[in-house]
Amino acid sequence: MTATHSPEPAGRSDVDRLPPVAELTIGSMALVIVGGIYLAAHLPRRADLGPAIGLLSASGALLATAVALLARVRPFARQVFFRVAGWALLAYVVIAGMLEYVFVLDGTRGELLAVLTLMLVVFALDIPFLFGFSVARYQEPRPT
Amino acid sequence: MAQMTVRTAAGPPPIATDTARRLPQVVPLRGIPVVVAVIGGLVAAIATNRLWALDFFHVAGGGLWTGVDLFVGFVVGPIIGRLSVPARVEFSSRFMPAMLLLMPTLVICTLAAGWQLARHEGFILSSYPHHGWVVASMAVVGVMAVVALGFLEPANLAVLFELRKPEPDGALIGRLMRRFAYTAGITGALQVATLVIMTRLATT
Repeated sequence: MTATHSPEPAGRSDVDRLPPVAELTIGSMALVIVGGIYLAAHLPRRADLGPAIGLLSASGALLATAVALLARVRPFARQVFFRVAGWALLAYVVIAGMLEYVFVLDGTRGELLAVLTLMLVVFALDIPFLFGFSVARYQEPRPT
Repeated sequence: MAQMTVRTAAGPPPIATDTARRLPQVVPLRGIPVVVAVIGGLVAAIATNRLWALDFFHVAGGGLWTGVDLFVGFVVGPIIGRLSVPARVEFSSRFMPAMLLLMPTLVICTLAAGWQLARHEGFILSSYPHHGWVVASMAVVGVMAVVALGFLEPANLAVLFELRKPEPDGALIGRLMRRFAYTAGITGALQVATLVIMTRLATT
């Protein structure tokens, strides 16, 4: 093994100037988890959906902001981002699908099911997006 | 013998050793059959709703999750912090892929079996006398999920991809490994809070 000591390569110093994509995505994930706990805490009664819909909307807005901010970042290792996010999305679609199946099996219907489904969708998008970003931010962008 | 070159931000001149380069697999394929078997057992436990099986997956998974988190956060983490950069890279390339399979499996087992167990025993019903404690445990698990999925796993993945580069950045790996160890310690400490709640629920 050879350990060399060299200055930061071109592009690496840009890491610190990236927009707060991870922070926004973590915030989105936290809001959707709070919404899920709020609904679960009221079982078997149906909770007032207002707070849950508010949390879901705020969570979706944070994720959309993170996506918009990341889309404007140049240069960025998009190939790595999509590779990591794609595989993570596959895993989380399976997990979210299992949870959706449990909800339906437990007799959840109507508006409550719709809110829970949308929460699962946001959650299943948050994590792959965050994983992809967390890896790609440290990778060298492919030259165009 | 392949050579590995590790960049560090500052320090003495390059040091050459004969350690072979070991390119880590992001996901260790040999471990996947074990994970599939464990998840299969979990699905069977949930589908059959057997109390013993649910209790086993919940208690065994939770105990291991807590133990691993505390061990990594408070024993392995400080040791990694004192290792040289090449030693840290060498350790990480063997340790992190295993954690990438182990931790999600333990988390899925603990939470899925725990939810089904709570349904089975009626703990999640708002009419349950100690429902407040159950909601408190959900809140603790929610915080743990945010810490684990928002900080711990991204650090784990970033280290693995950094290690696959021709010239891994030792300083970056060190920073990410410290984040991994700290967040593992935080989730371990939160696990202790969960243990307090669970033992209280089991004895009241």
